[in-house]
Amino acid sequence: MARKLKLRIWRGNSTDGGLQNVEVEANEGEVVLDVIHRVQAEQMNDLAVRWNCKAGKCGSCSMEINGKPRLACMTQVASFPDDQEITITPLRAFPVIKDLVTDVSFNYKKAMEIPAFVPPVGMKPGEPRMAQVDVERSQEFRKCIECFLCQDTCHVIRDHEENKKSFAGPRFFIRIAELDMHPLDMLRNRKQKAQEEHGLGMCNITKCCTEVCPEHIRITDNAIIPMKERVVDVKYDPLRWLGSVIRKREGIL
Amino acid sequence: MATGVFSSKRAKISERTLRTDRWWLQPLITVSVLLSFIVYASFRAFENGNYFAEPLISPFYSPCLSAACAQGSSLLGQPFGIFKILGMTFSPALFILIFPLGFRMTCYYYRKAYYRSFWASPPACAVAEPHAKYTGETRAPLIMQNSHRYFFYIGLIFNVLLTADAILAFRNPEKQWGHMSVGSLVLLANATFLWLYSASCHTCRHTIGGRLRNFSSHPIRYKAWTIVSALNHKHQNFAWISLLGVAFADFYVRQVSSGAFTNFYFF
Repeated sequence: MARKLKLRIWRGNSTDGGLQNVEVEANEGEVVLDVIHRVQAEQMNDLAVRWNCKAGKCGSCSMEINGKPRLACMTQVASFPDDQEITITPLRAFPVIKDLVTDVSFNYKKAMEIPAFVPPVGMKPGEPRMAQVDVERSQEFRKCIECFLCQDTCHVIRDHEENKKSFAGPRFFIRIAELDMHPLDMLRNRKQKAQEEHGLGMCNITKCCTEVCPEHIRITDNAIIPMKERVVDVKYDPLRWLGSVIRKREGIL
Repeated sequence: MATGVFSSKRAKISERTLRTDRWWLQPLITVSVLLSFIVYASFRAFENGNYFAEPLISPFYSPCLSAACAQGSSLLGQPFGIFKILGMTFSPALFILIFPLGFRMTCYYYRKAYYRSFWASPPACAVAEPHAKYTGETRAPLIMQNSHRYFFYIGLIFNVLLTADAILAFRNPEKQWGHMSVGSLVLLANATFLWLYSASCHTCRHTIGGRLRNFSSHPIRYKAWTIVSALNHKHQNFAWISLLGVAFADFYVRQVSSGAFTNFYFF
Protein backbone atom coordinates (compact mmCIF):
# COMPACT_ATOMS: atom_id res chain seq x y z
CA MET A 1 0.00 0.00 0.00
CA ALA A 2 1.37 3.40 -0.93
CA ARG A 3 2.19 5.90 1.78
CA LYS A 4 2.99 9.57 1.72
CA LEU A 5 6.58 10.17 2.75
CA LYS A 6 8.02 13.43 4.06
CA LEU A 7 11.62 13.88 2.97
CA ARG A 8 14.27 16.49 3.66
CA ILE A 9 16.87 16.27 0.91
CA TRP A 10 20.10 18.23 1.02
CA ARG A 11 20.63 20.20 -2.19
CA GLY A 12 23.54 22.39 -3.06
CA ASN A 13 27.21 22.38 -3.94
CA SER A 14 30.55 23.03 -2.26
CA THR A 15 29.80 26.70 -1.68
CA ASP A 16 26.21 26.66 -0.50
CA GLY A 17 23.22 24.44 0.10
CA GLY A 18 20.56 23.30 2.49
CA LEU A 19 17.78 20.85 3.26
CA GLN A 20 14.69 21.04 1.09
CA ASN A 21 11.33 19.57 2.08
CA VAL A 22 9.50 17.35 -0.32
CA GLU A 23 6.58 14.94 -0.13
CA VAL A 24 6.54 11.82 -2.25
CA GLU A 25 4.62 8.57 -2.52
CA ALA A 26 6.33 5.38 -1.47
CA ASN A 27 5.06 1.95 -2.39
CA GLU A 28 5.30 -1.18 -0.33
CA GLY A 29 8.71 -2.83 -0.51
CA GLU A 30 10.51 0.24 -1.81
CA VAL A 31 13.89 1.41 -0.67
CA VAL A 32 15.08 4.98 -0.13
CA LEU A 33 16.80 5.02 -3.52
CA ASP A 34 13.41 4.28 -5.17
CA VAL A 35 11.80 7.32 -3.60
CA ILE A 36 14.80 9.49 -4.45
CA HIS A 37 14.37 8.42 -8.06
CA ARG A 38 10.66 9.30 -7.86
CA VAL A 39 11.52 12.72 -6.49
CA GLN A 40 14.05 13.12 -9.30
CA ALA A 41 11.50 12.10 -11.93
CA GLU A 42 8.56 14.10 -10.64
CA GLN A 43 9.76 17.06 -8.64
CA MET A 44 13.51 17.73 -8.78
CA ASN A 45 14.69 16.77 -12.25
CA ASP A 46 18.20 18.08 -11.67
CA LEU A 47 18.74 16.27 -8.35
CA ALA A 48 22.19 14.67 -8.47
CA VAL A 49 22.50 11.18 -7.00
CA ARG A 50 25.10 8.52 -7.67
CA TRP A 51 23.80 4.97 -8.08
CA ASN A 52 24.31 1.91 -10.19
CA CYS A 53 23.35 -1.66 -9.25
CA LYS A 54 20.46 -1.15 -6.78
CA ALA A 55 21.48 -4.42 -5.21
CA GLY A 56 23.94 -3.40 -2.51
CA LYS A 57 26.94 -4.58 -4.47
CA CYS A 58 28.36 -1.58 -6.32
CA GLY A 59 28.70 0.76 -3.34
CA SER A 60 27.63 3.82 -5.35
CA CYS A 61 24.54 5.07 -3.50
CA SER A 62 26.30 5.79 -0.20
CA MET A 63 24.66 8.69 1.63
CA GLU A 64 23.46 9.60 5.08
CA ILE A 65 19.88 8.77 5.97
CA ASN A 66 18.64 10.29 9.20
CA GLY A 67 22.25 10.99 10.03
CA LYS A 68 23.50 7.42 9.55
CA PRO A 69 25.85 6.44 6.72
CA ARG A 70 23.95 3.89 4.66
CA LEU A 71 23.37 2.53 1.18
CA ALA A 72 20.15 4.07 -0.14
CA CYS A 73 19.39 0.93 -2.13
CA MET A 74 19.53 -1.25 0.98
CA THR A 75 17.48 0.98 3.27
CA GLN A 76 13.84 -0.04 3.35
CA VAL A 77 11.33 2.78 3.56
CA ALA A 78 9.26 0.51 5.80
CA SER A 79 12.02 0.62 8.41
CA PHE A 80 10.94 4.18 9.27
CA PRO A 81 7.73 4.92 11.20
CA ASP A 82 4.88 6.34 9.07
CA ASP A 83 5.00 9.77 10.70
CA GLN A 84 8.79 10.13 10.65
CA GLU A 85 10.43 12.62 8.36
CA ILE A 86 13.43 11.15 6.56
CA THR A 87 16.49 13.36 6.16
CA ILE A 88 18.84 12.53 3.30
CA THR A 89 22.24 14.18 2.97
CA PRO A 90 25.47 13.47 1.12
CA LEU A 91 28.36 11.81 2.95
CA ARG A 92 29.64 14.37 5.44
CA ALA A 93 33.28 13.29 5.49
CA PHE A 94 33.99 14.18 1.87
CA PRO A 95 33.73 17.35 -0.24
CA VAL A 96 30.34 17.72 -1.83
CA ILE A 97 30.11 18.05 -5.62
CA LYS A 98 26.37 18.48 -6.08
CA ASP A 99 23.36 17.48 -3.99
CA LEU A 100 23.90 13.88 -2.85
CA VAL A 101 27.11 13.33 -4.80
CA THR A 102 30.45 13.69 -3.04
CA ASP A 103 34.05 13.64 -4.20
CA VAL A 104 35.48 10.38 -2.85
CA SER A 105 38.82 10.67 -4.69
CA PHE A 106 40.58 10.81 -1.30
CA ASN A 107 40.02 7.06 -1.13
CA TYR A 108 41.54 6.38 -4.53
CA LYS A 109 44.65 8.34 -3.58
CA LYS A 110 44.97 6.32 -0.40
CA ALA A 111 44.49 3.08 -2.34
CA MET A 112 47.44 3.96 -4.57
CA GLU A 113 49.68 4.48 -1.53
CA ILE A 114 49.38 0.84 -0.47
CA PRO A 115 51.99 -1.41 -2.07
CA ALA A 116 50.50 -4.26 -4.09
CA PHE A 117 50.94 -7.97 -3.38
CA VAL A 118 54.55 -9.09 -3.80
CA PRO A 119 54.83 -12.76 -4.84
CA PRO A 120 57.84 -14.94 -3.96
CA VAL A 121 60.81 -14.48 -6.27
CA GLY A 122 60.65 -16.81 -9.24
CA MET A 123 57.03 -17.80 -8.71
CA LYS A 124 55.25 -17.85 -12.04
CA PRO A 125 51.57 -17.06 -12.67
CA GLY A 126 49.47 -20.15 -12.04
CA GLU A 127 51.95 -21.68 -9.61
CA PRO A 128 50.73 -20.33 -6.25
CA ARG A 129 48.66 -22.76 -4.16
CA MET A 130 46.91 -21.86 -0.94
CA ALA A 131 45.05 -23.97 1.60
CA GLN A 132 41.38 -23.15 2.12
CA VAL A 133 41.91 -22.01 5.74
CA ASP A 134 44.39 -19.40 4.56
CA VAL A 135 42.09 -18.25 1.77
CA GLU A 136 39.11 -17.89 4.08
CA ARG A 137 40.83 -15.47 6.38
CA SER A 138 41.36 -12.81 3.75
CA GLN A 139 38.19 -13.70 1.85
CA GLU A 140 36.18 -11.72 4.37
CA PHE A 141 38.09 -8.58 3.44
CA ARG A 142 37.56 -9.21 -0.27
CA LYS A 143 33.82 -8.74 0.26
CA CYS A 144 34.44 -4.99 0.47
CA ILE A 145 32.34 -3.14 -2.15
CA GLU A 146 34.16 0.16 -1.61
CA CYS A 147 31.07 2.08 -0.64
CA PHE A 148 33.33 4.07 1.71
CA LEU A 149 30.69 4.21 4.42
CA CYS A 150 33.40 3.10 6.87
CA GLN A 151 35.60 5.96 5.71
CA ASP A 152 32.69 8.37 6.05
CA THR A 153 31.82 7.39 9.59
CA CYS A 154 35.41 7.22 10.87
CA HIS A 155 35.73 10.20 13.17
CA VAL A 156 39.49 10.43 12.60
CA ILE A 157 38.84 12.05 9.23
CA ARG A 158 35.16 12.89 9.49
CA ASP A 159 35.79 15.23 12.42
CA HIS A 160 39.36 16.22 11.57
CA GLU A 161 40.00 17.19 7.97
CA GLU A 162 43.69 17.73 8.75
CA ASN A 163 44.13 14.00 9.49
CA LYS A 164 43.41 13.03 5.91
CA LYS A 165 47.07 13.51 5.04
CA SER A 166 48.27 10.89 7.49
CA PHE A 167 45.36 8.48 7.86
CA ALA A 168 44.32 5.88 5.32
CA GLY A 169 41.09 4.80 7.01
CA PRO A 170 39.40 1.49 7.80
CA ARG A 171 38.82 0.46 4.20
CA PHE A 172 42.55 0.45 3.60
CA PHE A 173 43.43 -1.14 6.92
CA ILE A 174 41.50 -4.21 5.78
CA ARG A 175 43.49 -4.12 2.55
CA ILE A 176 46.76 -3.94 4.48
CA ALA A 177 45.59 -6.70 6.84
CA GLU A 178 44.61 -8.90 3.92
CA LEU A 179 48.07 -8.58 2.43
CA ASP A 180 49.94 -8.88 5.73
CA MET A 181 48.06 -12.11 6.51
CA HIS A 182 48.68 -13.51 3.04
CA PRO A 183 51.03 -16.52 3.29
CA LEU A 184 52.70 -15.73 -0.02
CA ASP A 185 53.13 -11.97 0.28
CA MET A 186 56.81 -11.19 0.49
CA LEU A 187 56.65 -7.54 1.55
CA ARG A 188 57.60 -7.80 5.19
CA ASN A 189 57.29 -4.22 6.40
CA ARG A 190 53.55 -3.71 5.98
CA LYS A 191 53.09 -3.53 9.74
CA GLN A 192 55.57 -0.71 10.12
CA LYS A 193 54.11 1.13 7.14
CA ALA A 194 50.61 0.71 8.53
CA GLN A 195 51.69 2.46 11.71
CA GLU A 196 54.09 5.04 10.34
CA GLU A 197 52.62 5.94 6.96
CA HIS A 198 48.98 4.94 7.01
CA GLY A 199 48.10 6.12 10.52
CA LEU A 200 46.97 2.87 12.15
CA GLY A 201 47.80 4.35 15.56
CA MET A 202 45.25 7.10 15.00
CA CYS A 203 42.43 4.56 15.18
CA ASN A 204 40.93 4.38 18.66
CA ILE A 205 38.84 1.32 17.76
CA THR A 206 35.42 2.78 18.43
CA LYS A 207 34.07 0.32 15.87
CA CYS A 208 31.87 2.70 13.89
CA CYS A 209 33.36 1.31 10.67
CA THR A 210 32.14 -2.17 11.62
CA GLU A 211 28.70 -0.84 12.56
CA VAL A 212 28.06 0.74 9.15
CA CYS A 213 29.62 -1.90 6.88
CA PRO A 214 26.85 -3.20 4.57
CA GLU A 215 28.87 -6.36 3.93
CA HIS A 216 29.15 -7.01 7.68
CA ILE A 217 32.92 -7.24 7.52
CA ARG A 218 34.24 -7.24 11.07
CA ILE A 219 36.68 -4.51 10.20
CA THR A 220 37.81 -3.70 13.73
CA ASP A 221 37.97 -7.17 15.24
CA ASN A 222 39.40 -8.99 12.24
CA ALA A 223 41.60 -6.40 10.57
CA ILE A 224 42.40 -3.31 12.63
CA ILE A 225 42.96 -4.92 16.02
CA PRO A 226 44.99 -7.83 14.57
CA MET A 227 47.10 -5.25 12.72
CA LYS A 228 47.54 -3.24 15.91
CA GLU A 229 48.72 -6.40 17.65
CA ARG A 230 51.12 -7.14 14.81
CA VAL A 231 52.47 -3.61 15.10
CA VAL A 232 53.00 -4.16 18.83
CA ASP A 233 54.97 -7.31 17.92
CA VAL A 234 57.46 -5.35 15.86
CA LYS A 235 57.47 -1.92 17.47
CA TYR A 236 56.39 -1.91 21.10
CA ASP A 237 57.01 -5.35 22.58
CA PRO A 238 60.63 -5.66 23.79
CA LEU A 239 60.30 -9.40 24.39
CA ARG A 240 59.04 -10.07 20.88
CA TRP A 241 61.77 -7.83 19.54
CA LEU A 242 64.38 -9.77 21.46
CA GLY A 243 62.91 -13.03 20.23
CA SER A 244 63.03 -11.82 16.66
CA VAL A 245 66.70 -10.90 17.05
CA ILE A 246 67.72 -14.17 18.69
CA ARG A 247 65.70 -16.45 16.45
CA LYS A 248 66.14 -14.30 13.34
CA ARG A 249 62.40 -14.19 12.87
CA GLU A 250 60.39 -11.39 11.39
CA GLY A 251 61.21 -8.34 13.43
CA ILE A 252 61.80 -4.64 13.06
CA LEU A 253 62.84 -4.06 9.50
CA MET B 1 38.93 27.60 11.07
CA ALA B 2 36.07 25.17 10.75
CA THR B 3 37.09 21.55 10.48
CA GLY B 4 35.45 18.16 10.36
CA VAL B 5 31.85 18.08 9.20
CA PHE B 6 31.90 21.87 9.11
CA SER B 7 34.88 22.04 6.72
CA SER B 8 34.52 24.51 3.89
CA LYS B 9 34.05 22.04 1.04
CA ARG B 10 31.66 19.68 2.73
CA ALA B 11 27.85 19.89 2.61
CA LYS B 12 26.71 22.94 4.57
CA ILE B 13 24.78 21.45 7.46
CA SER B 14 24.70 23.24 10.79
CA GLU B 15 23.77 20.25 12.99
CA ARG B 16 26.54 18.13 14.53
CA THR B 17 24.41 15.10 13.73
CA LEU B 18 21.13 14.41 12.03
CA ARG B 19 20.61 11.12 13.82
CA THR B 20 17.08 10.78 15.16
CA ASP B 21 17.58 7.70 17.31
CA ARG B 22 18.63 7.75 20.96
CA TRP B 23 22.36 7.60 20.19
CA TRP B 24 23.15 9.14 23.58
CA LEU B 25 21.63 6.25 25.52
CA GLN B 26 24.51 3.80 25.15
CA PRO B 27 27.24 6.23 26.29
CA LEU B 28 24.98 7.27 29.17
CA ILE B 29 24.54 3.68 30.34
CA THR B 30 28.28 3.03 29.97
CA VAL B 31 29.18 6.10 32.03
CA SER B 32 26.64 5.19 34.70
CA VAL B 33 27.79 1.60 35.10
CA LEU B 34 31.52 2.34 34.92
CA LEU B 35 31.27 5.27 37.34
CA SER B 36 29.23 3.17 39.76
CA PHE B 37 31.90 0.48 39.61
CA ILE B 38 34.72 3.00 40.10
CA VAL B 39 32.98 4.53 43.14
CA TYR B 40 32.27 1.12 44.67
CA ALA B 41 35.76 -0.26 43.95
CA SER B 42 37.39 2.88 45.37
CA PHE B 43 35.30 2.67 48.52
CA ARG B 44 36.19 -0.99 48.97
CA ALA B 45 39.86 -0.48 48.19
CA PHE B 46 40.17 2.26 50.81
CA GLU B 47 37.96 0.48 53.34
CA ASN B 48 40.77 -1.99 54.03
CA GLY B 49 38.54 -4.37 55.94
CA ASN B 50 35.73 -6.91 55.63
CA TYR B 51 37.47 -8.74 52.83
CA PHE B 52 38.04 -12.11 54.42
CA ALA B 53 35.70 -14.59 56.03
CA GLU B 54 37.24 -18.06 56.14
CA PRO B 55 37.25 -19.63 53.55
CA LEU B 56 36.15 -16.68 51.38
CA ILE B 57 38.40 -13.85 50.26
CA SER B 58 37.34 -10.87 48.20
CA PRO B 59 38.85 -10.72 44.68
CA PHE B 60 39.78 -7.09 45.41
CA TYR B 61 42.19 -8.27 48.10
CA SER B 62 43.65 -11.39 46.52
CA PRO B 63 46.53 -12.19 46.58
CA CYS B 64 46.95 -10.42 49.90
CA LEU B 65 50.73 -10.13 50.29
CA SER B 66 51.10 -7.42 52.92
CA ALA B 67 51.80 -7.95 56.61
CA ALA B 68 48.69 -5.83 57.17
CA CYS B 69 46.45 -8.52 55.65
CA ALA B 70 43.87 -10.27 57.80
CA GLN B 71 45.06 -13.46 59.43
CA GLY B 72 44.60 -16.48 57.18
CA SER B 73 43.88 -14.42 54.06
CA SER B 74 47.35 -14.67 52.52
CA LEU B 75 47.45 -17.60 50.15
CA LEU B 76 51.05 -16.83 49.13
CA GLY B 77 52.35 -15.61 52.47
CA GLN B 78 53.11 -12.01 53.44
CA PRO B 79 56.43 -11.06 51.84
CA PHE B 80 55.68 -7.33 51.97
CA GLY B 81 55.60 -5.26 55.11
CA ILE B 82 53.04 -2.71 56.13
CA PHE B 83 53.10 0.34 53.90
CA LYS B 84 52.06 3.56 55.60
CA ILE B 85 51.48 7.09 54.38
CA LEU B 86 51.01 9.88 56.95
CA GLY B 87 50.53 7.24 59.61
CA MET B 88 47.70 5.55 57.72
CA THR B 89 48.03 1.92 56.65
CA PHE B 90 47.88 1.59 52.88
CA SER B 91 45.22 -0.85 51.78
CA PRO B 92 46.68 -3.92 50.01
CA ALA B 93 43.84 -3.64 47.49
CA LEU B 94 45.36 -0.44 46.14
CA PHE B 95 48.43 -2.39 44.98
CA ILE B 96 46.43 -5.37 43.73
CA LEU B 97 43.83 -3.45 41.75
CA ILE B 98 46.46 -1.69 39.62
CA PHE B 99 46.84 -4.83 37.50
CA PRO B 100 43.20 -5.71 36.74
CA LEU B 101 42.61 -2.00 36.25
CA GLY B 102 45.48 -1.83 33.75
CA PHE B 103 44.14 -4.89 31.93
CA ARG B 104 40.68 -3.39 31.59
CA MET B 105 41.88 0.13 30.81
CA THR B 106 43.95 -1.14 27.88
CA CYS B 107 41.34 -3.69 26.75
CA TYR B 108 40.23 -3.14 23.17
CA TYR B 109 36.57 -3.33 24.15
CA TYR B 110 36.79 -0.96 27.10
CA ARG B 111 38.76 1.47 24.97
CA LYS B 112 35.79 1.69 22.65
CA ALA B 113 33.45 2.08 25.62
CA TYR B 114 35.29 4.85 27.41
CA TYR B 115 36.54 6.72 24.36
CA ARG B 116 32.94 7.00 23.31
CA SER B 117 31.24 7.62 26.62
CA PHE B 118 33.79 9.52 28.70
CA TRP B 119 35.85 11.28 26.06
CA ALA B 120 33.15 11.66 23.37
CA SER B 121 35.66 10.69 20.73
CA PRO B 122 33.20 10.21 19.13
CA PRO B 123 30.14 10.04 21.41
CA ALA B 124 28.41 7.84 18.81
CA CYS B 125 28.90 6.96 15.17
CA ALA B 126 28.34 9.92 12.84
CA VAL B 127 27.97 12.28 15.78
CA ALA B 128 30.60 15.01 15.59
CA GLU B 129 33.04 14.99 18.47
CA PRO B 130 33.72 18.21 20.39
CA HIS B 131 37.54 18.09 20.21
CA ALA B 132 39.47 20.46 17.97
CA LYS B 133 42.44 18.10 17.54
CA TYR B 134 42.86 14.37 17.48
CA THR B 135 46.00 12.24 17.46
CA GLY B 136 44.54 8.91 18.57
CA GLU B 137 46.91 6.43 20.14
CA THR B 138 50.03 7.74 18.46
CA ARG B 139 51.59 9.60 21.39
CA ALA B 140 51.79 9.61 25.18
CA PRO B 141 49.84 8.77 27.19
CA LEU B 142 47.59 6.78 24.84
CA ILE B 143 50.48 5.06 23.12
CA MET B 144 50.69 3.07 26.36
CA GLN B 145 47.59 1.20 25.21
CA ASN B 146 50.10 -0.96 23.35
CA SER B 147 51.06 -2.51 26.67
CA HIS B 148 47.80 -4.45 26.77
CA ARG B 149 49.50 -7.80 26.23
CA TYR B 150 51.61 -7.42 29.39
CA PHE B 151 48.51 -6.71 31.47
CA PHE B 152 46.93 -9.71 29.79
CA TYR B 153 49.79 -11.96 30.94
CA ILE B 154 49.56 -10.57 34.48
CA GLY B 155 45.80 -10.99 34.33
CA LEU B 156 46.29 -14.69 33.67
CA ILE B 157 48.28 -14.98 36.91
CA PHE B 158 45.43 -13.29 38.75
CA ASN B 159 42.97 -15.71 37.14
CA VAL B 160 45.00 -18.65 38.45
CA LEU B 161 45.07 -17.15 41.95
CA LEU B 162 41.37 -16.34 41.97
CA THR B 163 40.61 -19.85 40.72
CA ALA B 164 42.66 -21.18 43.62
CA ASP B 165 40.61 -18.96 45.95
CA ALA B 166 37.43 -20.41 44.45
CA ILE B 167 38.68 -23.98 44.96
CA LEU B 168 39.70 -23.19 48.55
CA ALA B 169 36.19 -21.87 49.10
CA PHE B 170 34.92 -25.45 48.84
CA ARG B 171 35.89 -25.86 52.47
CA ASN B 172 34.11 -24.96 55.67
CA PRO B 173 35.35 -22.30 58.13
CA GLU B 174 37.34 -25.04 59.89
CA LYS B 175 39.24 -25.61 56.62
CA GLN B 176 37.76 -29.06 56.03
CA TRP B 177 37.24 -30.02 52.39
CA GLY B 178 34.07 -31.31 50.79
CA HIS B 179 31.75 -28.41 51.55
CA MET B 180 29.90 -26.06 49.27
CA SER B 181 28.32 -22.74 50.13
CA VAL B 182 26.78 -19.87 48.23
CA GLY B 183 30.15 -18.17 48.62
CA SER B 184 31.90 -21.10 46.91
CA LEU B 185 29.63 -20.69 43.91
CA VAL B 186 30.00 -16.90 43.86
CA LEU B 187 33.81 -17.15 43.77
CA LEU B 188 33.67 -19.98 41.23
CA ALA B 189 31.39 -17.94 38.96
CA ASN B 190 33.70 -14.94 39.34
CA ALA B 191 36.77 -16.98 38.34
CA THR B 192 34.88 -18.51 35.39
CA PHE B 193 33.78 -15.10 34.11
CA LEU B 194 37.35 -13.78 34.42
CA TRP B 195 38.71 -16.74 32.44
CA LEU B 196 36.11 -16.17 29.74
CA TYR B 197 36.98 -12.47 29.62
CA SER B 198 40.70 -13.27 29.30
CA ALA B 199 40.24 -16.11 26.82
CA SER B 200 38.09 -13.93 24.56
CA CYS B 201 40.63 -11.08 24.64
CA HIS B 202 41.97 -9.82 21.31
CA THR B 203 45.53 -10.18 22.55
CA CYS B 204 44.83 -13.80 23.48
CA ARG B 205 43.45 -14.35 19.99
CA HIS B 206 46.58 -12.83 18.49
CA THR B 207 48.92 -14.82 20.71
CA ILE B 208 47.15 -18.13 20.15
CA GLY B 209 47.25 -17.95 16.38
CA GLY B 210 46.34 -14.54 15.03
CA ARG B 211 49.96 -13.58 14.47
CA LEU B 212 50.46 -16.47 12.06
CA ARG B 213 50.57 -15.85 8.33
CA ASN B 214 49.93 -19.43 7.50
CA PHE B 215 47.18 -21.34 9.32
CA SER B 216 47.54 -24.45 7.21
CA SER B 217 51.04 -25.10 8.58
CA HIS B 218 49.84 -24.83 12.20
CA PRO B 219 46.63 -26.90 12.46
CA ILE B 220 46.55 -27.04 16.28
CA ARG B 221 47.08 -23.32 16.70
CA TYR B 222 44.51 -22.73 13.97
CA LYS B 223 41.97 -24.83 15.86
CA ALA B 224 42.73 -22.94 19.07
CA TRP B 225 42.41 -19.66 17.18
CA THR B 226 38.95 -20.61 15.88
CA ILE B 227 37.82 -21.36 19.45
CA VAL B 228 39.21 -18.09 20.80
CA SER B 229 37.73 -16.26 17.80
CA ALA B 230 34.30 -17.65 18.67
CA LEU B 231 34.73 -16.41 22.24
CA ASN B 232 36.07 -13.12 20.91
CA HIS B 233 32.66 -12.44 19.33
CA LYS B 234 31.31 -12.21 22.89
CA HIS B 235 34.21 -10.25 24.37
CA GLN B 236 32.03 -7.25 25.11
CA ASN B 237 29.54 -9.40 27.00
CA PHE B 238 32.27 -11.12 28.98
CA ALA B 239 33.83 -7.73 29.78
CA TRP B 240 30.63 -6.54 31.43
CA ILE B 241 29.68 -9.84 33.06
CA SER B 242 33.14 -10.27 34.59
CA LEU B 243 33.19 -6.66 35.81
CA LEU B 244 29.84 -7.03 37.54
CA GLY B 245 30.84 -10.51 38.69
CA VAL B 246 33.96 -9.30 40.47
CA ALA B 247 32.02 -6.48 42.15
CA PHE B 248 29.31 -8.90 43.26
CA ALA B 249 31.87 -11.40 44.59
CA ASP B 250 33.50 -8.65 46.62
CA PHE B 251 30.12 -7.42 47.84
CA TYR B 252 29.12 -10.93 48.92
CA VAL B 253 32.36 -11.51 50.83
CA ARG B 254 32.03 -8.09 52.46
CA GLN B 255 28.53 -8.85 53.66
CA VAL B 256 29.59 -12.23 55.04
CA SER B 257 32.70 -10.79 56.65
CA SER B 258 30.82 -7.92 58.27
CA GLY B 259 28.16 -10.29 59.56
CA ALA B 260 25.36 -8.85 57.43
CA PHE B 261 24.92 -12.20 55.64
CA THR B 262 25.47 -15.74 56.78
CA ASN B 263 27.27 -17.79 54.17
CA PHE B 264 24.70 -20.53 53.53
CA TYR B 265 26.24 -24.03 53.22
CA PHE B 266 24.53 -26.56 50.94
CA PHE B 267 26.59 -29.35 52.52
